[in-house]
Amino acid sequence: MGAGARIAATTRLPRPAGDHGRRLPPPLLAAVLAIGALTALPLVYLALRALSVEPEAIELILRPRTIEIMAGSVALGVGVAIGSVAIGVPLAWLTARTDLPGRRLWTVLTAVPLAVPSYVMAFAFVAALGPRGALSEALRGLGLPGLPSIYGLGGAVLVLSLATYPYVLLATRAALLRADPQVEEAGRALGDTPLAAFRRVALPLMLAAVTAGALLAVLYALSDFGAVAILQFDSFARAIYVQYRASFDRSLAAILALILVGATLLVAWGEARIRARHHLPVHGPRRPPTLVALGAWRWPALAFCAAVVALALVVPAGTIVFWLVRGAGQEHALAALPPLVGNTFGAGLAAAVVAAAMALPVAALLVGYPGRLAAWIERLMYGAYAVPGIVLALAAVTFVLNVTPIVYQTLLVLVLAYALRFLPQAVGPARTSLAQVGPRLGEAARTLGETPAGVLRTITLPLLRPGIIAGMALVFLTTVKELPLTLLLGPTGFATLATRIWGAATEGFYAQAALPAALLMLLSAGTVALLFRAEDRYR
Amino acid sequence: MSFARLAASLVVLLIGACATGATPSATPTSTAQTPTGSPAATASPAGTSLTVYSGRSEELVAPLLAQFTQATGIGVSVRYGDTAELAALLLEEGANSPADVYFAQDAGALGAVAAADMLAVLPEELLARVADGFRSPAGEWIGVSGRARVAVYDSRELEPEELPASILEFTDPQWRGRLGWAPTNGSFQAFVTAFRVLRGDAAARAWLEGIVANQPRRFDGNTQIVQAVADQEIDIGFVNHYYLLRALDEQGPMFPVRNHFFAADDPGALINVAGVAVLETSTRQAAATRLVEFLLGPQAQAYFAAETFEYPLVAGVEQPAGAPGLSEIGGPPIDLSDLSDLQGTLRLLTDTGVLP
Repeated sequence: MGAGARIAATTRLPRPAGDHGRRLPPPLLAAVLAIGALTALPLVYLALRALSVEPEAIELILRPRTIEIMAGSVALGVGVAIGSVAIGVPLAWLTARTDLPGRRLWTVLTAVPLAVPSYVMAFAFVAALGPRGALSEALRGLGLPGLPSIYGLGGAVLVLSLATYPYVLLATRAALLRADPQVEEAGRALGDTPLAAFRRVALPLMLAAVTAGALLAVLYALSDFGAVAILQFDSFARAIYVQYRASFDRSLAAILALILVGATLLVAWGEARIRARHHLPVHGPRRPPTLVALGAWRWPALAFCAAVVALALVVPAGTIVFWLVRGAGQEHALAALPPLVGNTFGAGLAAAVVAAAMALPVAALLVGYPGRLAAWIERLMYGAYAVPGIVLALAAVTFVLNVTPIVYQTLLVLVLAYALRFLPQAVGPARTSLAQVGPRLGEAARTLGETPAGVLRTITLPLLRPGIIAGMALVFLTTVKELPLTLLLGPTGFATLATRIWGAATEGFYAQAALPAALLMLLSAGTVALLFRAEDRYR
Repeated sequence: MSFARLAASLVVLLIGACATGATPSATPTSTAQTPTGSPAATASPAGTSLTVYSGRSEELVAPLLAQFTQATGIGVSVRYGDTAELAALLLEEGANSPADVYFAQDAGALGAVAAADMLAVLPEELLARVADGFRSPAGEWIGVSGRARVAVYDSRELEPEELPASILEFTDPQWRGRLGWAPTNGSFQAFVTAFRVLRGDAAARAWLEGIVANQPRRFDGNTQIVQAVADQEIDIGFVNHYYLLRALDEQGPMFPVRNHFFAADDPGALINVAGVAVLETSTRQAAATRLVEFLLGPQAQAYFAAETFEYPLVAGVEQPAGAPGLSEIGGPPIDLSDLSDLQGTLRLLTDTGVLP
């Protein structure tokens, strides 16, 4: 398809003449082909399932209601794109480029909501802002008018924006840490206020990363079914989930899922178009950015950070504390939790590491060797990201049982499945960083006699580090709350904090869900803090 | 695990990450073995350990299975999940399934797995313990606990005598804006299937359309419905009987919601079961049958009544407190194995706009 090739071609970096048409090194080719084959599995599975669909099922899909649901999903996607960018971009700039007091703390606090399962977030918002929620009651008590309804599109956009802005935040932040600060400083030197410098210089510079993050946010929102269910909003993913959960004939759900994959590819294509138009300038030797002094602006900046943390962190945390207090006497459950923490942490970190390792060759391909292969790998990767988790799980079951039954229901398969599913989260920031690094430094080193492996180790990887770490943080935070893969692919008896929260909450035992939920948030905060510290060391 | 150890292992893994990153062509599998804390499979002294796929939550089932291991020395390793998703998993696994026992929330999922000829026929002696309608006629699965469909109502707003004897009457306009239901819930869908079997598709469609015309609030689960009645968001909700009993147990008798049971032959009074089945491919048939026997035994049956507020299905066990007895409710005359046409129900629910 010409469009795909065009997307890929426009991501080509400026490189010295004579370098065009460079052959893909065989190890890189082997790596991306293996990853591409793995990501193709769920799509092949879906296609096979969809082939066996009955004609009347097709009629069901072509009814007006389906169009209505699609329109609703489009509105949700647009809303979450706007919402997540409006929250994530200012936070990224404030924490990466300004002298905002407590930058490190704000970075950690504002990244943690990513690890809150979206259904917990939705439940917390209903508990706080619902018709009989704590906040609504308080307003009524003061004789004020009630809040607008949390149910429906508005509530879904609010909650999912708050659940997904960290994608934008972390991707943008990584780009800002890598981008050359000289341009922005020039703007400031020419008399721009911090806000104007942000809008006129920093914002265009980080647009590629912003769209990459917004893409992840939108795709997450489109594939979420937990939060929208609680917020009583019918999205397309919800329709698929309902079909899958309740129907043992999986072909209709397969067709719906393929439509979702198609929509995802369309969104990814749009993102690639935007990214292609905004190259980040690659300059010579880089130095750490001078922080923008906020001056009096620091008060509204702090208020903004505090407001985001209040909504995205304090509301769910408050609900969890409420559950804890109401269900006091759960101490006996404490003993069961340490192994769950170990499992959650181990699986999340392993998935992050594997995803990062897979992301490097993919990013290298996308940035350095654009073309048809790159376009296809990218499509497959987003396809696997868009299929509902249960589809990926069932595809993996079929494949593993038929090809390598010996590893069925092992951590190996589970971790690989996590990594494949969340690969775009690791590729996005890695690709942005790689594009910023550019090929010139490496080429200079090569002319000075460095080996290709040496270039990778001494130049490329250290420069890529913020992107890799941001990607690992995203994959970690998404993995620790993952459910369908964990439940269906893990070793029998393997439990995580997320499965524990789900097991209790699904039966309405919120008190029992509270402790693991609190631990999940603490674990996520601790890990994100450590990751950022590691990032600092290499700055 | 201490935080220091967590931090230490993170550092080790980060070093590992860099090492892996240095050779991007390396297969990722080399780092995939790092997760710690693999689950402790509870191997019994005798060396037998059963693999159970449980669609019932760990909260409810784990203590019971621990009692089983204590009583028999047979270990149990459990995969918890959604009942329907586990059925899909079993169907996908087919003859390769490592599962010995499937413990499901509702008869429909058991029927779907039975239809794929994956279930072993249970011993006659066990089947005989449970009434006909609550097990598969072919003996492939058996109900172990019963759950009745009810309407929960706001006891501050409504007197019991104001409530209709049949669920059909909630299509009356006087209930507009006052109803709540959970159409994605498996128990609700089983009820609609029963409605279709008892009264025909046309009547079921008319009822669904009538309720939709009354603009019911849609909830994700039964617990939320009971809470919404307590919060006066709605006056009436269609749920299983035990959600209220659980809420009363947790929050005391002041909780302003009560169960309303419909007339015995009404579709609204359906009694569904949670049940078990043994996989035909299991190599541990004897131990698996022991588990089924245990779940039908007095200890487990009493556990269901006391801890999950469900109806024991074996005669002679005390019924849950605070609810009419199983024989009093009666339930419509239906064989639960007739509730297998979930596909048709989904189509009807989608068609009438009840489901997205």
